[in-house]
Amino acid sequence: MEVELRNPNVVMKLSRLGSFHQSKLSFLRSFLKEFKDWEYKRDLFELNEFGYGTAVYSFKKDFRVYSLVCFANELNEKERSDRVIATKWDAAFVLYDGVPSKKDIDRLKKEVPKQEVGRLSYKELTLSRANKSVRAFDHVVKRLSEGNQPDIDLLSKVGYLYRTTAVYGSGKFGLADRFRIKNRKEIYGPFRLEMMLVYFVRQFTFDQVNHVAKHKNPRKSVSLDIEICRNLGIGNSTGLGMAPFIVNHPTLLNNWIYARETALKNIREIKDVKLEDKELFKICLKKSIKNITSWNTDSEFQQRKIKSLLKDLNKFIQFIDNEFDFSKTFPFNGIYLWTEENLGEECIEYIVSMMMEPFDHVVNPLINQMSSEEEKYFNIPTDRTVEELREILEKKYPEILKIDFSKKENNQNFWFISKNKEEPRLADRFEEKGSDLEQPLAIARDIKKLYEALSIFKNSSTIDKFLANNNNLRHVVRRAFIIEKFPYSEIQDNTIGQSIIPIDMLRLKLSFFGALKFDPRSDKWLRICMFQGAPLPQELKNYDAHWVYNSLN
Amino acid sequence: MKSLSEIDTTSKRASKAAGYSWGISEEVGKNIRLLEMFGLPGVKNLNDFYKKKKEQQFENLNLISKDNKIAKSEFCPIIAGTSFLDQIKSLENLNEIKFEKIAYPLLFLPFVSRASEVIGKRLLLKLDEKEFLLNFNNNIYANFLKNEIIKIANVVLIKFLENSDSFSEKEWNEIYKISEDTFVEESDSSMEKGAGAGLTDND
Repeated sequence: MEVELRNPNVVMKLSRLGSFHQSKLSFLRSFLKEFKDWEYKRDLFELNEFGYGTAVYSFKKDFRVYSLVCFANELNEKERSDRVIATKWDAAFVLYDGVPSKKDIDRLKKEVPKQEVGRLSYKELTLSRANKSVRAFDHVVKRLSEGNQPDIDLLSKVGYLYRTTAVYGSGKFGLADRFRIKNRKEIYGPFRLEMMLVYFVRQFTFDQVNHVAKHKNPRKSVSLDIEICRNLGIGNSTGLGMAPFIVNHPTLLNNWIYARETALKNIREIKDVKLEDKELFKICLKKSIKNITSWNTDSEFQQRKIKSLLKDLNKFIQFIDNEFDFSKTFPFNGIYLWTEENLGEECIEYIVSMMMEPFDHVVNPLINQMSSEEEKYFNIPTDRTVEELREILEKKYPEILKIDFSKKENNQNFWFISKNKEEPRLADRFEEKGSDLEQPLAIARDIKKLYEALSIFKNSSTIDKFLANNNNLRHVVRRAFIIEKFPYSEIQDNTIGQSIIPIDMLRLKLSFFGALKFDPRSDKWLRICMFQGAPLPQELKNYDAHWVYNSLN
Repeated sequence: MKSLSEIDTTSKRASKAAGYSWGISEEVGKNIRLLEMFGLPGVKNLNDFYKKKKEQQFENLNLISKDNKIAKSEFCPIIAGTSFLDQIKSLENLNEIKFEKIAYPLLFLPFVSRASEVIGKRLLLKLDEKEFLLNFNNNIYANFLKNEIIKIANVVLIKFLENSDSFSEKEWNEIYKISEDTFVEESDSSMEKGAGAGLTDND
């Protein structure tokens, strides 16, 4: 039986993309899988009694070494801010390509704490900073220094000791361009080095908290229990900076979604499912509920989603346990069709993620296909005809073409880059200044404009002739020819409409990162947790691939 | 040192600010990245061009022909380049294309380099006395290596080079003969046992 890939006009709707969850394809899980055989080492740990100073951690295999250089600094409470406009942080980090010399560390010490206004070199790969969760960190120090373990309830509410507020890579601020490293086999999957940085940072937070507690009370203090460490991740505050990324990288977006859709299709096409695979699916599903019941958020929007997810999941478990017959052929196709009929988007996508758990042979080959050689698809095939382009638009953007952009509500917002930190922002076109400097992120509106402009052009004309007088639409002509080859390259929604929920775009990206416990703080930014429950570096050689569902929190 | 990614993004944004559409600005971002990667002074020329563009009008060349003459002022290298790249498939049958006065012609060059890749032919670009051999956008061979601004090329010539060998048949035969020294003479028995041995090919 052949199952068709899901329709991009359904999958690429923002509400659906904003319902995605982590899966086996997620970058932090594939990072751990790739680096599990690498030699982990703490190469340097020079912190003072308060935990300020420099540390270096590394992964090594054969002749390749990646080193994280950490700089922990004293920070006045008034200066601690998670906003991207902050200029100081509790700690700053850079991933160095190789083994940094003392001279390198001295250079980086001057630049890395400055983050966006510092300058890095092609020897540095990723850059980040993080702030303490003061509540959690101070509590842990206090308890450890008294010889006790911290309050698990408090820690499970927070989930981490530090949260990062940005992780930069790919040439930002002088960091190495991707072309320099893209042929390294170990980083074929997207965001591998960003994931490595965050993973090392997590270990640094444990080492730092132990170190400070020990110096506070050398005789009485104890180390943070390994089990508690494992159940702490790294938090992350994320704002709109992420949203344009998925619009600006259409082929990459396609490859992520295409991998997910291909996995689902291939799993639905498995005729007979082995008993152990069926059991593993059920075990992961049931254990994962703890990740939902411990999902804390003040956001009413998210609370509603969690409530409906839990309700739907219980319904689904009832169905699986009492009604569904796994001995039937193509059982996962049956399951998927049932979810479409009976469950909401949030739960459907949750179950899609869960379906991947037993099937390494389906998922693993897809992981290395999630990067993209974007340059290859940049040139516009200008010898194609207007008729062909029009057909592409009609076939690939049917819902978009129905939107009436003369209505104010469909044209309400605009995306711009803020002057003070060069960060993307969304504003009301009719209330705020700056729409004349709008970024090219209103793809739906511009596709509609393109369609209208094509309608008065001769079918047989070639695109070079169309462009000669319509270069204002060039950016969407390029995209239309990309979507022809890459069906999941475009969000099938209006990104400037009144009802847009920008965090849907963030959620999509963060789910591919492998984030858990999305905690929207408004419709424009959210907090998440990464690596919660993940094996510690010394446990990597032999870890449970389903660790995501083993969290105690 | 600035990364190529920074160069691309900043050139793109500067191009939009200089009045080009986002689509053309994307082209310029990629082009300046290319120039800098090939070791040519892209940022320097773009910066100077945008400063000059505030004071001076440049002519837009939207339709490329065999001989392109200006009406009044110099051609804008970005619009002329975009048109050349877009129309390359209909231009490739012309052996030679001539342009009169292109401003900041180094900004025109990456469009020609990319066009070479699109049609799979080498292109020779002459900017007055400076020559650039553009090899399928993989590399550039030039007699110009200075890190300087070229404000204008009075005569720009593009020659389409047919795909042909750079060596004679005799030279090929000689090198082939040398390569034969890696082959091993087959014995009678291995010929009898080799793939397909014993079968008729006339079935």
